[in-house]
Amino acid sequence: MSALLRTEGVAKAFTLHLQGGTRIPVLGGVDLVVSPGECVALWGPSGAGKSTLMRCLYGNYGAGAGRILLRHRGEEIDLVTADPRTVIEARRETIGYVSQFLRVIPRVATRDIVAEPMIARGMVKAEALARATALLSRLNLPDRLHGLPPATFSGGEQQRVNLARGFAPGYPVLLLDEPTASLDAGNRAVVVEMIREAKAAGTAVVGIFHDAEVREAVADRLFDVIPHQDAA
Amino acid sequence: MTRPMLEARGLTLHFGAIPALVDVTIDVAEGEVVAIVGESGSGKTTLLRVLSGLMPPDAGTVRWLGEDVHAMGEAARRRLLRTDWGFVHQNPRDGLRLNVSAGGNVGERLMAIGARHYGNIRGEALSWLAKVEIDATRIDDLPRTFSGGMQQRLQIARTLVTHPKLVFMDEPTGGLDVSVQARLLDLIRSLSRELGLSVLIVTHDIAAARLLADRILVMRRGRVVEQGLTDRVLDDPQHPYTQLLVSSVLAA
Amino acid sequence: MSPPDDRSAEGGGDLNRPGQTKGPVMEGYNFAYLDEATKRMLRRTILKAVAIPGHQIPFGAREMPLPYGWGTGGIQVTAAILGPSDTLKVIDQGADDTTNAVSIRRFFTRVAGVATTERTAEATIIQTRHRIPEQALREDQVIVYQVPQPEPLSRLEPRRAETKRLHSLADYGLMHVRLYEDIARYGHIAKAYDYPVMVNGRYLMAPSPIPAFDNPKMDRMPALQLFGAGREKRIYAVPPYTEVRSLDFEDHPFRPIRAPHACALCGSRESYLDEVITDDRGGRLFVCSDTDYCSGRVALREAAE
Repeated sequence: MSALLRTEGVAKAFTLHLQGGTRIPVLGGVDLVVSPGECVALWGPSGAGKSTLMRCLYGNYGAGAGRILLRHRGEEIDLVTADPRTVIEARRETIGYVSQFLRVIPRVATRDIVAEPMIARGMVKAEALARATALLSRLNLPDRLHGLPPATFSGGEQQRVNLARGFAPGYPVLLLDEPTASLDAGNRAVVVEMIREAKAAGTAVVGIFHDAEVREAVADRLFDVIPHQDAA
Repeated sequence: MTRPMLEARGLTLHFGAIPALVDVTIDVAEGEVVAIVGESGSGKTTLLRVLSGLMPPDAGTVRWLGEDVHAMGEAARRRLLRTDWGFVHQNPRDGLRLNVSAGGNVGERLMAIGARHYGNIRGEALSWLAKVEIDATRIDDLPRTFSGGMQQRLQIARTLVTHPKLVFMDEPTGGLDVSVQARLLDLIRSLSRELGLSVLIVTHDIAAARLLADRILVMRRGRVVEQGLTDRVLDDPQHPYTQLLVSSVLAA
Repeated sequence: MSPPDDRSAEGGGDLNRPGQTKGPVMEGYNFAYLDEATKRMLRRTILKAVAIPGHQIPFGAREMPLPYGWGTGGIQVTAAILGPSDTLKVIDQGADDTTNAVSIRRFFTRVAGVATTERTAEATIIQTRHRIPEQALREDQVIVYQVPQPEPLSRLEPRRAETKRLHSLADYGLMHVRLYEDIARYGHIAKAYDYPVMVNGRYLMAPSPIPAFDNPKMDRMPALQLFGAGREKRIYAVPPYTEVRSLDFEDHPFRPIRAPHACALCGSRESYLDEVITDDRGGRLFVCSDTDYCSGRVALREAAE
C-alpha cells in the first residue's frame, strides 16, 4: 500500500538573527514513511526534535531541506515547497494536527470550535454540531460546557476540546502531539479507543506519546528521532 | 486552486526620495484573508490605498478580475468601491456619516446601487445591525452617540450590506479597548467565513493577524520582506525583521 | 420719456387695470438693460443648459441694479430671451402684486418697453419666484425661475468639486439617504419645497423653492423651463416635454401636499393655498397663492350670477 505521508531527507535548523545569527540545527536526514491504518510513534529523548518534526509535517515550520510528501486529492504534494493556499487546502481536507495546547478563539463556543473544521469541509452545520456534541460527550466534557468558550477551561478540558476538534473531521492523516498529557486514566482510555478506531478506518497516525501505556496500546512501531550531532 | 481575484505586480511608489513601496507583488484569492503587518511607516496603508485604486503607483499594475484598476475610469472605479469592494477605515469617522442615523448609514450603499423601497432598506439595515450586534432600538440614533467599538461595527455593517467580494480593512481594531477588539475580531472572522469574503487587512496587531489571516505579508520600509502561511511566518520566522516583530509581542 | 414704439397704441397705460399694460421706456439703456455681448453669453449658456436637461452650467453673472436674492439670476435669463414683442408676467409666491414682482415688472417695462400682464394665458414669458401658475402652460410660453441655491446636494455635501463629481457619476444615493432620514424620523418625507427631482432620468435638480405641490407641473410641461441663480452663477433648464420625476421610495411615493381647505375667495379645492392671519385672536383664512387664477375664478362666478 502506498504511503499517505513520507519524508525524504528532511532537515531543519533555526537561525536566530536576534542572537547574532546563531544557527541551531535540530533535524537532519529524516526519512519517515507512514501508511494508511498505521500509527508511528516518534521516539527520542527530550529536545531531540520530535515536536519540531511534527510541526514540519504539518507545514507549521518550514523544513530547510528535503521533501515532505503528503497524499492529497490522489497526488503527492510537497509541504516544504507547496503554495500556502495548497497547504491550507490540505489542512482542511487531508491532514489534522492535535497540538498540546488549544489556541483559544475569543467568544467562540466550544461546540462551534469543534464543529468548525467539519463545516469548512462542507458538512451541514446541524450535522457538524451534532457530531461535535457527541465527541465532546464521549470525551466526558459535561454538556453545560459545550456552549461556553473554552478560555477558562482547565488544561485537561482544553485538551479534550482540542482532541475532539482534531478527530471530528476524520482526516486521512492525523498528527498527535502528546494527546493524553493532561488527561486522567478514564479519558486516556477513550483517546486510545479513538486512535484505534481511526486506524481501523485507514487513518495514518503520527504521534508523540510520553505515556508508555498509551504508546504501547496504539503504536505499531517507533521512529527514532536522533538528536542532531551539532546540537549535542 | 482558485485564481486570484486581486493581482498586483511590481508596485513601486516614491514620496519624493522616500520609497513607500518597492516592487510589491501580492494577490488575493476568493474567500481568502490576507494580512499585511509591519511597523508604522512601513508602507502598509499606502499599499492598501494603491491596491484599492485610491492612489496610483509609479510603476506596477493592480488587476481586479483581470481588469487594470488604475486604467479604468473613475466612474468604474467608484462603482467597484461600492459594489464588489468595501473599505473599512481605521477611524470610523472616515467611513461613516456622523450626521446620518445608523439605519441611514447602513442603507446608503443600498440606495447608491438603486434600492428604492424604504421598507426593504430598513429591513436590511435591521438585519445587519443584528449581525454586528447593535441593538435594533438604536437604528435611528446618530453614530456620534455610539461608542468607538459600536461605530466600528456599524462601519462594517455599512460596508458588508451590499455583499462585496473583497473588503479592504485598515487597522480596523486600532484605537479600541482590548475587550472591544476581541469582539470585533471575532465578528470580522465569523462574517468573512460565513459570507466567503476575501479580506485584505492591514494591522500591526500580530495576534489579530494570526486569528484572522490565512496568509501574511510582512512589510518593512516599503518592501515585503517575508510572506507565506500565517502560522508558519509567525511560528518559524525567517527574516530578521519578522523575528524581531514576533519576539516583540507580549504573550497574554 | 422715450417715444412709444409701434405697439404702444394697443397696450394702453393704466397700470392699475389687469391685463396687458405698457409703460414709458427709459432712455440710455440697451434693450432689456444688458449689453448685447452679455446677452449672447447668456444665450449660449441657456442653449447648453437646454441641451443637457437638469445640468447646471456656470455663467458670468453680471451686477444687476438690485441685490442678490431678489432674482438677479432670473432677471438675467429673462433679459437674454426677451424680445420687443414679448409679453411678460412676473410673480412672487404666486402673486403679481408683491414687491419683488412689481419691481421686476416695472424694471423690464422701463428698460425694454415690453408689454406686461398679470394674466398667465396672455404672457409669453413668466418670471417666477417660488411658484408655478395653476393654469397649465403652453408650448409658446417660457417660464423663468429665480433660484437661490442651484445645487440640490449642497446641504449634504458642502464641497463643490465633490458634488460636481457626484453629478457626473449620477451618484445620488446621498439624496435618498436624506429622504430615508425624513421617513425614519417623521414617518414621511418632510421636504415641503425645493423638493429634489430627477430630470430626464439623468440629473438631480433643485426645482428652486417652489412648493412640492408644484413639482408634478414640471413633468412633461409643454413650456420651456429656465432656471437662473445669480449669486451662485448657474443656469439650468428643462426643455419642453421632458420627464421630471420627484424622488421617492416605492413604498413612500411622492405626494403633493396642499392645505386641506377651499379658497376663501374663489372656493377652489385644487389650487395651492396661502394661510392669511386676519386678526390677533387666531382668525385665519386660506386663499389661493396664485392671484391671477383666483381673480379669474371670482370674475367667472360674478359673471354667472
